[in-house]
Amino acid sequence: MKPAHAIPPSHNVEAVASLLQIRSLAKRFGAHEVLKAISLDIASGEFITLLGESGSGKTTMLRLIAGFEQPSSGEIWMNGERLDTLPPYKRRVNTVFQQYALFPHLNVRDNVAYGLRVTNAPGGEVGARVNDALSMVKMDAFASARPATLSGGQQQRVALARALVNRPLLLLLDEPLSALDANLRKQMQSELKSLQREVGITFLFVTHDQEEAMALSDRIALLRNGALEQIASPREIYSRPATAYTAQFIGQTNLLHAQVHVGSATCGALRWPAAGPDGAALFSLRPEAIRLHGHVANNGGEFRNPENSVDDVRFSAVIKQQLYGGASELLEVNCGGQLLRVKLAARGPLSGMQDFLFLATDAVRVAE
Amino acid sequence: MSTAATHAIRRAPLLAAYSALVFAFIYLPIVVLVVYSFNRDGVGGFPPRHLTLDWYRQLFGDEAIWTSVLNSLIVATYSVALSLTLGLLAALALDRASFPGKPLFRRLVLLPLILPGIITGLSLLMFAVSVGAPLSLFTVFLGHGTALISVATTELFAGLQKMDRAQEEASLDLGATPLQTFLRITLPNLKLSLVAAGLLIFTLSMDEIAVTFFLIGRDNTLPLEIWGRLRRGITPEINAISTLIFAASVILIVIWFHLRIRAQREAI
Amino acid sequence: MYSRAYKSIVSVPPLLWVGLFLLLPYGLMLAHSFWIVRDGFLVHHWTLHNYRTLVTNPVYAEVLLRSMRIAASVTLCALLLGYPLAYYLSFHAGTRKEILYQLVIVPLWVSYLVRGYAWKTILGSDGVLNGFLQYLHVTSAPVGFLLYSPFAVILMLTHIYTPFVFLPIYAALEHIPRPLVEASQDLGAGPLKTFWRVILPLSLPGLLAGATFAFVLSLGDFLAPLLVGGASGTMIANIVQSLFGAAYDWPLGAAISMCILLITVSLLFLTERLEKRWSFR
Repeated sequence: MKPAHAIPPSHNVEAVASLLQIRSLAKRFGAHEVLKAISLDIASGEFITLLGESGSGKTTMLRLIAGFEQPSSGEIWMNGERLDTLPPYKRRVNTVFQQYALFPHLNVRDNVAYGLRVTNAPGGEVGARVNDALSMVKMDAFASARPATLSGGQQQRVALARALVNRPLLLLLDEPLSALDANLRKQMQSELKSLQREVGITFLFVTHDQEEAMALSDRIALLRNGALEQIASPREIYSRPATAYTAQFIGQTNLLHAQVHVGSATCGALRWPAAGPDGAALFSLRPEAIRLHGHVANNGGEFRNPENSVDDVRFSAVIKQQLYGGASELLEVNCGGQLLRVKLAARGPLSGMQDFLFLATDAVRVAE
Repeated sequence: MSTAATHAIRRAPLLAAYSALVFAFIYLPIVVLVVYSFNRDGVGGFPPRHLTLDWYRQLFGDEAIWTSVLNSLIVATYSVALSLTLGLLAALALDRASFPGKPLFRRLVLLPLILPGIITGLSLLMFAVSVGAPLSLFTVFLGHGTALISVATTELFAGLQKMDRAQEEASLDLGATPLQTFLRITLPNLKLSLVAAGLLIFTLSMDEIAVTFFLIGRDNTLPLEIWGRLRRGITPEINAISTLIFAASVILIVIWFHLRIRAQREAI
Repeated sequence: MYSRAYKSIVSVPPLLWVGLFLLLPYGLMLAHSFWIVRDGFLVHHWTLHNYRTLVTNPVYAEVLLRSMRIAASVTLCALLLGYPLAYYLSFHAGTRKEILYQLVIVPLWVSYLVRGYAWKTILGSDGVLNGFLQYLHVTSAPVGFLLYSPFAVILMLTHIYTPFVFLPIYAALEHIPRPLVEASQDLGAGPLKTFWRVILPLSLPGLLAGATFAFVLSLGDFLAPLLVGGASGTMIANIVQSLFGAAYDWPLGAAISMCILLITVSLLFLTERLEKRWSFR
């Protein structure tokens, strides 16, 4: 039975069917406002990440969707029905916990079967579905093992299988990779991504690691102090950050405090064509957008020819520091008092005054 | 700050009501006891009328009771000293040494904790008789000390486990001998455990009946003195002394609890 | 890290003491159980006479069984009171947890005798409870069975041991990581199913420890029967006590004590085994 009123649309509605609608969701703990009236839509089948520092409210939001917290105000809707009024055991949502929360007194198979058994799934089905889930995460051989005997990565897979076997409409992942070491993390990221594509379930992933968010997500929702800073695809959020915070949080950037006057922005000795209203403005310029003038990278880094072009902005700067990073160099340069970071493909030590250039369009105007 | 980690506490009214009933059950006799110690007409009947301090006055004039209190205090103090010393050594031995029969030793040390007092008391009685020792406060002291080693050992062992081993290693590294390390590092770290264990042993010794029953000579401890009077009949004077014991216990346990909290906070 | 001298110094004194004042006395008791009393004198004549008496004379078996029944009842009642209380404190008490915990512990420190005496005054024919019932006109005459019966013994011992049972159960419940409870609910199990499938199994070691403690100590208790048990509430430890007192038969008393010791040690052994199996660390 459809609800009497239509669900009010938000400006984030995707062309694809919207699975979860969050409307002005807010949460207070005592006097502290952890979430401030957030609205957002999650599309069916997408891999969306809630990204933010600790204290940004991302974990709270996840727990509100899972049902372990009650909203102070606002609503959550799923498939035309109110979700936030349901207790967690009645929601078609499952969670992969940060420390996996595997039941120590049950073996792997019983852990995975737990959700099916408590919801009285038909007995014959349980065995087959559990086996499928275990082979999906490549843990078939460990079916009789106890969680305490497994490594972190193995426990994580079991936790994943335990959640997915119930075929939830939405899977919540609470920083599931943060306890793993670096190499295992990269491997699990790749596996998670392909797993999501394979099963087609909507994933809501929470992390503070922006590289992880960029690698995995279809969309990133950046949270800051309980509010939604920006929500966009990884490429868009990286190249078109809306605010200075976004520009600095995701990747590295140079924040230029400039004055715009009649289509031209000035920041110290730098000057470049810029659109938009006159006045003080902030610009984000990524370090890798700055190149050495007259040089072409010899290992495929740049594909622009070094000839002058109308959009090129040239400047000279003194190299103050050079950090070698294997495939790249990170330079700190001083352009007439303005410090800039420049990222170049590895080319050996540099020093003294050098000529640099960047595309005017790479200087993105951002809000405060 | 970790507000996101705290999960919502659900109300459970039925369980809360049941818990309140259990609390009432636990406290009811004590409340009755205290109230009737002020009742002029003695124990019994309902409701208590005519509140009076007569029974307390009578209590304060009762020589025998106060002698037994003194006896109990002496025994308790010595028992604390004995149990803490041996318990500390036993805890250190269990924590750091390995020797043949260690599992048996561990079980033996902890046995009096769970064994009914009558068995420990009787076996010590047989021992005293076989060596020809007369029963007296001294035998009582030996009984308490032996029975309560387990309490000291348990508490101190836990304290040792919580201690940062690296501190002792650092002390040795800086040139201190094992003895200096023990006195300057190990003992101070165990300070709170020692005091907590001491308080517990003191209270248990003051209240000990089962073991004392079989080892007592002419001089009574407080519980045995009360016991003797109980056999002769109930007087509210006993209520009065019981109320005083209750008040003393409450004070002790509040102190003990705060020490526990401090120990937990200071543990790294 | 610890020298042999260090290890010797810390192990030898307690070993000696325990050997002298625990092992030796228990050994003496064992020896006594194989001796007999003739003409009022203890004779060191090795015999199984005492144990044969225990097996053949039905009185002892009856009292032992009664004692075990009482101990089992006490354990059951203490669990029924203590477990829900521990559960409430651990999962539902929130910020009041600490204070409530303190409140549960306080009676433990109040003299056993004091608490027993309190029950005596409450349950007697002239006691507070009867007075209360008559005051409310629920009854018109004193109810006799309250005092000097197995019921009174069970009541008093339950009162004594409920906090003892509470302690290890509470500790075990506190050790259960809360994410496990959330995970269970996340997977579709309501509060009841979560309790049955997750919380209860993981609290079993604590439950076992508390139950063993209550059972063993109730079994060997002789003071409660003397205070409130009367003739019908006599327990096995009272028989032992009288055998060491007026009824002077130390060997027989020792034999019964060894039985109690055997029961205790077997139970401890059993629970240790079970705890290892059920501890899931």
